[in-house]
Amino acid sequence: MSSPNDTQLAATDTKTGLSAVLAQNAGSFVGLILPVAIILALTIWPTITGKDITRESIFTIMLSIALASSLNILLGYTGYVSFGHVVFFGLGGYVGFYLMAVQGWSLWLAMPMGGLAAGLLAFLLGKAILRLRGGYFALATIGVNEAMRAFINNFKPFGGPVGMTLNFQVYKDYGGAARALSLAFYILAALTLLIVIISYLVRTSKFGLGLLAIREDEDAAEVMGVVAPSAKTWAYVLSAILPGIIGVLFFFKNGSIEPVPAFRLNFSIEMIVMVMLGGQGTVLGPIIGGVGYQSLRGFLLTSPLFKNIQLAVAGALLLVIVLFVPAGLVGWLRNRFPALRRVLQ
Amino acid sequence: MKRTIILSLFLILALALAACGGGTTAEPAAQPAANDAAAPAADQPADTEAAAPAATTETMVIGFTASQTGSQNVASTGQVNGLNLWKDTVNAAGGIELPNGTKVMVEFVSYDDESNTDRVQELYTRLATEDNANFLISPYSSGLTAAAAVIAEQYGKVMITTGAASDDTYKQGLTMVYQAYTPASRYLTGAVDLLEHVDANAKNIAFVYENSKFSTDVVEAARQYAEGKGYNVVLAEGYDPETTDFGPFINKIQDAKPDAIMGGGHFQDGSTFARQLNEKNIGVSFFALLVAPPEPDFADLGEAAVGVVGPSQWELQAAFTPESATAAGLDWYGLLGEEFVQGYEAKYDGTEPSYHAAGGYAAGLILEKAIIDAGSTDPDAVRQALEAMNLLTFFGHIQFDTTAEAHGLQTGHSMVYIQWQKDASGNLVKEVVWPLEGATAETLYPAP
Amino acid sequence: MDFLLTSILDGLLLGFVYGLAAMGLTLIWGVMNVINLSHGPIISLGMFGVYLLFSGLGINPYVALIFVAIFGLLLGIVIYFVAVNRVINAPHLSTLLATFSVAMIITGLGTAVFSASPRNVDYSLGSFTLGSATIPINRIVAAALSMLITAGLYIYLRRTRSGRYIRAVANNRNAAELMGVPSVRILALSFGIGTMLATVAGGLIATLFPFTILAGGTYELKSFVIGVLGGLGNPVGALLGGLILGVLEGIIPTFMPATWVPVIEFILFVLILMVRPQGLFGAKKS
Repeated sequence: MSSPNDTQLAATDTKTGLSAVLAQNAGSFVGLILPVAIILALTIWPTITGKDITRESIFTIMLSIALASSLNILLGYTGYVSFGHVVFFGLGGYVGFYLMAVQGWSLWLAMPMGGLAAGLLAFLLGKAILRLRGGYFALATIGVNEAMRAFINNFKPFGGPVGMTLNFQVYKDYGGAARALSLAFYILAALTLLIVIISYLVRTSKFGLGLLAIREDEDAAEVMGVVAPSAKTWAYVLSAILPGIIGVLFFFKNGSIEPVPAFRLNFSIEMIVMVMLGGQGTVLGPIIGGVGYQSLRGFLLTSPLFKNIQLAVAGALLLVIVLFVPAGLVGWLRNRFPALRRVLQ
Repeated sequence: MKRTIILSLFLILALALAACGGGTTAEPAAQPAANDAAAPAADQPADTEAAAPAATTETMVIGFTASQTGSQNVASTGQVNGLNLWKDTVNAAGGIELPNGTKVMVEFVSYDDESNTDRVQELYTRLATEDNANFLISPYSSGLTAAAAVIAEQYGKVMITTGAASDDTYKQGLTMVYQAYTPASRYLTGAVDLLEHVDANAKNIAFVYENSKFSTDVVEAARQYAEGKGYNVVLAEGYDPETTDFGPFINKIQDAKPDAIMGGGHFQDGSTFARQLNEKNIGVSFFALLVAPPEPDFADLGEAAVGVVGPSQWELQAAFTPESATAAGLDWYGLLGEEFVQGYEAKYDGTEPSYHAAGGYAAGLILEKAIIDAGSTDPDAVRQALEAMNLLTFFGHIQFDTTAEAHGLQTGHSMVYIQWQKDASGNLVKEVVWPLEGATAETLYPAP
Repeated sequence: MDFLLTSILDGLLLGFVYGLAAMGLTLIWGVMNVINLSHGPIISLGMFGVYLLFSGLGINPYVALIFVAIFGLLLGIVIYFVAVNRVINAPHLSTLLATFSVAMIITGLGTAVFSASPRNVDYSLGSFTLGSATIPINRIVAAALSMLITAGLYIYLRRTRSGRYIRAVANNRNAAELMGVPSVRILALSFGIGTMLATVAGGLIATLFPFTILAGGTYELKSFVIGVLGGLGNPVGALLGGLILGVLEGIIPTFMPATWVPVIEFILFVLILMVRPQGLFGAKKS
């Protein structure tokens, strides 16, 4: 991070990180209040309105929050730009879907396996490509995603190009389609809460401090005693597991899986945009970013004025944010109102 | 200054969020604006009341998503245009008239699915619950339809699918979904029959196809069919959807020395393939491709288009008429093919309808007939009418599988096969060559 | 094995065009360390430029390339000042996202104007037969033009003042500025030339294959692979990278299913990044 604002921000990050570690026993979880409150509010909202559509809309938003928060552990804390993060969502989804559709496993067992597969891939990749810095790493992650998509497209056990389909009867085990869809929502809510808490714990831990140090200056961090390769790898693994689990859940709900939607590169980029929008390197940022991005897209998609050029309008908005508010909403607020920093983690 | 810009930025963002009501992400598309026939719809109740005071007018809502953006944009637009034409036709006639005299007006609600599955379920849930759609029409493409079917099933909404050919979807225990298209498993089998008809000595077929769900399904079925008929499959190979250069692939085909090439995928790869085959001039006599050839734009290829055979869900030349219905012992319903084309060209500035457009119209027509047969818009009654449906329309024969294994699969409709030929003055024309009953020209064989 | 030779020839000829397509990407990367994610949509614009001039005004596609090149140069300079200049010194993420926004804008407007419907430039120079190989002449012309343009670029970078400035800025921007090189103008010019190369490559591709407004994406991915093969930042390396990719695409389908081509391409891509990030022909650059 080289612009003066960012450096200043990073310095205070380190400071609040340190004080958080020191004050941990004192129960200083102030920064967690807002994120958890938002997730809980989103979770109970469908019950309040009693409408299925609220649940479906929030499902899309939660999916974004969870994926963006996962990515943030790598992108925001460690400073490594993973452009192909969707590979974990896709691979996890595929492994889990295969277990459910072909091997007849239940969702409960398939989800951890999807997470495991994603985590394992991240571990292996971490050893291999995390040595690359900056743009080279970003390119490598794109390559990994494309290679995986092309491979699955040829991999017969996973159905190759045809993909796999869940028999509708499967939902009967979960009390019918209606119950299954609502179950999927609450599982997702629990997972989102989990990742937000993990994100907070990482940020305030010594491990997280190491990651932030890597982000600022990797060589200096190593001099200071951070074992960068292993710290980066674990950050990568941590950011991959949840997308893997969520992939299983998403395609379970979707009823079918195919290579192209599972490894859609644009989806990866959308995750990055959400993290940027809210503020990279903060716990709250990806949440705000996820809600904001999805709401905005939904608005543009259906607004009579913009719907034909919604992609272009979204692009223009993104450009303006990248150029003028690189720290995202939360970062900007933190810079502007230092008093809020304890709350806006 | 900078601060003001930033503040106003966030303000805009906040406004956008507020506009979306915080939690919900998609607003209904401006319905009146989308309703081309809003004016006649508004006038109609008064007219009917005046003419026949006993009759009442209802409005039913039909929901679907369209791919206004993304890769499926072209086919989906055709489909939606066809649907809109159907709606206008129905509403201009004062609605669908039920046996008891009630008139049912049609209203559409639709959203953009951006050609990807992310939001399909959310949008269909919105259609089913918020917009209170009485019936659903599928998105374009099998992948999106599979996701939408889960929702249709959950809310007990009848969904007519069009542009969703894969057989798989209908073999997953669904009960509310009915297919208007000929399924993928019968897409290319007619091409094998045609080859047998034009050349009894042709024995070797090469299947080359896009490595995607739809084309793989189609080719697997056609391949089994061909092998069952004693053909040698000398090459059966997929190519990646992103393939741009077919050169090496064509060289490989040439090496396998087939009499016929069958396969393809979607529009872009299909037209690239056709163009390069022509440039390479490898002397295969018979060349059948999926999806691309029936599109009117295929003629852009010029010389390379001549001789290419393609399966089509519908062609104007393969005329189905009330007379052919009587001959086949089926009921006839709806308009004639010429009327469809006239209406379409009048509404869309002379654009020629593709089969996707005809499929869209047919989906509406099927629903219309089922509602009349059922005598109401009650989902169960309509379902029963669909189960019993066995009828001929401008689109062809419509009948659904009613067994539990493949419920809703289209069993009546079948493909027609077109070939691009040159007319006397050297212009490219699309001729129907198979089945023979509907043929408008002899097959050009061997293809140049 | 005749068809192996034919396939290699096919691949080689196409490889020149691939190389040209990647050259713009790799030039921009080399000069300013920016991965231009709007590369694909810009290639698409080049395709549509030739298509519109040819189908609308009846201009010969190869003549149309000149107009497309001018348009590309101007477009690139505009993109540079609007989207890149402000974040040129920011972390990678900023330039990646800035150029990605440009990609969204071009694709969004392009789809609204042209729809995703496929287009074809129906212009064929015929083909000639060499033994068992039939080679379309369009392809030979495209390869020859690609070589010519590469040579032109090479000479430009070596022999002209602004070309030398570009190389100086690529080597060390701060030092170049101290020597009085107007670095912002040179950066804008480099971005313009990179964009120009992309549009011209798109225009040439349009004379070979049908395309849609989304077609550039495929060539963008190929350009990444080629750029890495040849060494990012090395325009001549890009041509060699293009040839390697072209030949691979020609050879692989002769002994295994063609659908494995992208698997191999991208695995190779990742492996080279890991083992030799400066590319097969690139000099070590810190």
